[in-house]
Amino acid sequence: MTEVALARLQFATTTTFHFFFVPLTLGLAILVAVMETLYVTRGDEKYKRMTKFWGHLFLINFAIGVATGLVQEFQFGMNWSEYSRFMGDIFGVPLAIEALLAFFMESTFIGVWVFSWDKLPKNLHAALIWLVALGSNLSAFWILAANSFMQHPTGYTIQNGRAVLTSFGAVATNPNVFFQFGHVFFAGLSTAAFVIMAVSAWHLLRNHEVPEFASSMKIGVIAALIGSVLVATVGHFQTQYLIHEQPMKFAAMEAVWEDTGSPAPWSLFAIIDENRQENPVNIEIPYLGSLLSYNKFSGSITGMKTIQKEYEAKYGPGNYIPPVKWTYWSFRVMVTIGGLMLLLALWGLALWGRFETSRAFLVSAIWMAASPFIANSTGWWVAEIGRQPWIVQGLLKTADAVTPGSVVPASMVLLTLVGFNLLYLVLGIIDLGLMIKFAQRSMAESAEEEGALVY
Amino acid sequence: MDLHVIWFILIAVLFSGFFFLEGFDYGVGTLLPFLGKNDAERRAIINTIGPVWDANEVWMITAGGAIFAAFPQWYATLFSGFYLALFLMLLALILRGVSFEYRSKKEDLGWRQAWDWAIFFGSFTPALLWGVAIANLIRGVPIDAHMQYTGTFWTLLNPYGLLGGIAAVAIFIMHGANFLNIKLEGELAERARGVANLWWWVAVVAVVLFVYGLFVYTGYTSKGFLAILVPLIAALALLAVRFLEGSARFWSGAVAIILAVVSVFIGLFPNVMPSTLNPDWSLTIYNASASDYTLGVMTVVALIFTPLVLLYQGWTYWVFRGRVRVGEGGY
Ligand code: HDD
Ligand code: HEM
Ligand code: HEM
Repeated sequence: MTEVALARLQFATTTTFHFFFVPLTLGLAILVAVMETLYVTRGDEKYKRMTKFWGHLFLINFAIGVATGLVQEFQFGMNWSEYSRFMGDIFGVPLAIEALLAFFMESTFIGVWVFSWDKLPKNLHAALIWLVALGSNLSAFWILAANSFMQHPTGYTIQNGRAVLTSFGAVATNPNVFFQFGHVFFAGLSTAAFVIMAVSAWHLLRNHEVPEFASSMKIGVIAALIGSVLVATVGHFQTQYLIHEQPMKFAAMEAVWEDTGSPAPWSLFAIIDENRQENPVNIEIPYLGSLLSYNKFSGSITGMKTIQKEYEAKYGPGNYIPPVKWTYWSFRVMVTIGGLMLLLALWGLALWGRFETSRAFLVSAIWMAASPFIANSTGWWVAEIGRQPWIVQGLLKTADAVTPGSVVPASMVLLTLVGFNLLYLVLGIIDLGLMIKFAQRSMAESAEEEGALVY
Repeated sequence: MDLHVIWFILIAVLFSGFFFLEGFDYGVGTLLPFLGKNDAERRAIINTIGPVWDANEVWMITAGGAIFAAFPQWYATLFSGFYLALFLMLLALILRGVSFEYRSKKEDLGWRQAWDWAIFFGSFTPALLWGVAIANLIRGVPIDAHMQYTGTFWTLLNPYGLLGGIAAVAIFIMHGANFLNIKLEGELAERARGVANLWWWVAVVAVVLFVYGLFVYTGYTSKGFLAILVPLIAALALLAVRFLEGSARFWSGAVAIILAVVSVFIGLFPNVMPSTLNPDWSLTIYNASASDYTLGVMTVVALIFTPLVLLYQGWTYWVFRGRVRVGEGGY
C-alpha cells in the first residue's frame, strides 16, 4: 500500500475510534447534569443514585475519549505535514481555541466533580457537571468548525501556495458548522438516550430497582424523542445544503451517475458498478428524490458524470468521483437507523409510565443500543469519504497533503497504524467489558461508594 | 511588541506550565509501583493527582495546538520529524489515561497491579521522551532547505539527547516525590522525602551537564546578562531543594523546572528548530509562523482565556488542599 493509502487508513481508523466514544460523552454529560439538577431541586435521593450510576458509565467512557483524543491532536503533524503547512494558518486556530476554551474546562471540572461529592455544596456540585457538559459540546463546536473549513472553505485567501486566514469570523460562523454542530449535538443526545434506554430496559426486565430505572427510562425516552426528531431534521437540511456546496458528494450519496429527469426518484437499493459507472440494479421510489432534495415534487439531481466534466474543466484532469459504494451505503445505513430510532422513541412515548408491561419494547430497546454508534460512524464516512479526492474541498487534494515519504516512509506509517490499532482493539474490548459490568450493577451498589468515585 | 515574539513567549509559558504541573504527575506515576507497598498506599498515591492529572495534561495539548496555530511549519516539521518518538509517547499516554480510570474497576489484585505498571510506563516514557526532544531542539537536528527533517529516530538518541532524557526523568521524579511529601501523611510521606533526596543527586548532575550543553550549542553567553541570570537562579533553586522542607522544598523545585524551561527558550530564540545542516535552514519565529492576522486573533483569544484557566485551575488545587490519608476512599 502507498503512503497516502496507509495514512488515510490510519486517520480513518483512529478517528472513527475516537468518535465512537465522543457522542456518548457529549450526550451523557447533559443527561447526567439533568439528573443531578433533579436531585438538587427535588431533594429525592433516587436522583442522586441515578446521577452516580450513570456518572460511573460516563466516566468509563470519558476516559477512553480523552486518551484517544491525544492521537487526534498530533496526527495532523505526523502523517499530514503538508496539510499542516498548507492549512496551519487557519486550521490551528480552532484547534488551539478548542484546547484553551473547552478541554481545560471539561478536564478541570470533571476532576473536581468526581472527587467533591462531600466537599462542595450541592448546587455548586451540580453546576460543575453542567460546566463539563458545556465544555464537551464547545469542544465539539470548535473541532467541527475546523472540519467545516475542509468541507466548505470560508474567510481565506491563497498566498504563496498556502491558505491564509482573512476572517476569523467567517471561519467561526461557516454556515456548514451550524448544520454539522446541530447534527452532531442531537446525534450525541440520541446516543446517550439509547444507551440509557437499553440499560434501563435490561434492569426493568429483571425487576431491579424499578422506580430508579423507570425514571431513567423516562429521561431516556424524552431525550431519544428530541434527539431523533432533530437529528433527522437537521440532517435533512444538511443534505440540501450539500446539494449546493458539495454536489459531487451528494450525487455519490445517491449513486446518481447521469443527470436525472424531474421529478427525481430516490434509490432504495442499488448494486453499484464503479468501474463501468452505472448501477446494474436500482430499486427506486418515484418523486422521493425531489421531495428530499427540494421539499417539492419536482427538480432533478445532477449526476456524477456531469460534475466530473465540470471539475475537469475547473481543476484540471483527474478523478473527482469519491468511492461511491461506501458513500451510498454509509448514508443509507445512517438514515435507516435514524428511522428506527424514531420509531422506538415513539413506542416508548406510547408506553409512558408503564414500560415494564411490554417485554417486546424492552427487548427492542436493548437491541437498539448499538445503532446510534453505527450511525455516528457511517455519518462521518459519508462526510469524509464523500469529500474525496479532496482533503480541503476545491483547494488541496488528499494525495498532496500527506507527509513526504523521505521524512516518514510507508513502513513507518504501517508500523504506527498497526500499533495504534492493536492498542485500540485491546482497550476497546476492556472498555466494553467494563461498561457492561458497570451497567449491570445495581444503583444501590454504585451509590455505596460514598464520598467520591474513587480510583 | 512583535506578535511573533509574543507567541514565542506564550508557547514558553505553556511549556513551563506543562513541565511544572504534568512534571509532578509524571513523577508520581513513575514512583507509584515502587513507593506504594500495598493497594491502599497506591490508591492514596494516585488520589493525590486524581482530580488534576487530566487538566494538567491539557497543558501539553494546548501547547501542541498553540504551536499549530502560531507556528504551523514548526508543528509540521517537529511532529513529522520526531515521528517514532511521538508515536511511543502517544501509546504511553493513551495507556496512562485509561489506567487511572480502570484500575479501581475490579477488586482483583493482579488487575490492579497491571494497571499500576501501565501508569508507570505511561508516566516514565513521556518524561524521558520530552527530555530527549527538548535536548535535540537545543542541539539542532538535520533540516533541509525545504524545512523537512532528514534524520531518523536514531538521530535523536545521541548522547546529549539521552542526557536530556535522564535529566527530565530525574527532575520529575524528584518533583513528584516532593509533591507526595506534602500531599501524603506519616511514614509514606517520609518515604517520599527520602526518594526525593536520592533523586536530587541524579537531577543535579544531569541538569548541570544539560545546562553546559545549552551554553555550548546555543551560544548562550551572547544572550546578555539577564539571560544568564535565569539558568543561574534555576540552578540555585535546584540546589536549595535539598535544604528546604515541606512546601518550600516543592516550590523551589517548581521554580527550578520553570526557569529551566525558560532558559531553553531563551537559548533557542529566535529559532524554534535549529538546523545542523545549515543555519539558514533553521526554522525561526519568522519563517515558521502563521500570518500576522492569525497571530493577532490568537493573541486576543489567549489574553482572554489564559487568565480564566489559571483562575479555575488554581481554584481546583484550593478545593483539594490538605493531605490524602491512606485507607480513606479518596478525598
Ligand atoms: C445518531 C446518529 C445519526 C443519525 C440517526 C443520523 N445522522 Fe447524519 N450524521 C451523523 C449522525 C447521525 C454524524 C456522525 O454526526 C455526522 C457525521 C458528520 C456530521 O456532521 O454528522 C452525520 C453526517 C451526515 C451527513 C453528511 C454531512 C456532511 O458531509 O457534511 C448528512 C447529509 C446526514 N448526516 C444526513 C442525515 C439524515 C438525512 C438523517 C436522517 C435520519 C441522519 N443523517 C441521521
Ligand atoms: C470524529 C469524527 C470523524 C470521523 C469518524 C472521521 C472519519 C474519517 C474517515 C473515515 C476518513 C477517511 C476518508 C477516506 O480516506 O476515504 C477521514 C479522513 C480525514 N478526516 Fe475525518 N472524521 C472525523 C472528523 C474529522 C475532523 C473533525 C477533522 C478535522 C478537523 C477531520 C479531518 C480529516 C482528515 C485530515 C482526513 C484525512 C484525509 C482523508 O483521507 O480525507 N476529520 N475521516
Ligand atoms: C480530528 C479532530 C479531533 C481532534 C484533534 C481531537 C482532539 C481531542 C483531544 C486532544 C482530546 C483529549 C482532551 C483531554 O485530554 O481532555 C479529545 C477528547 C474529546 N473530543 Fe476530540 N478530537 C477530534 C475529533 C473530535 C470530534 C469530531 C468531536 C465531536 C464532535 C470531538 C469531541 C471530543 C470530546 C467530547 C472529547 C472528550 C473528552 C475531553 O474533551 O476531555 N473530538 N479530542
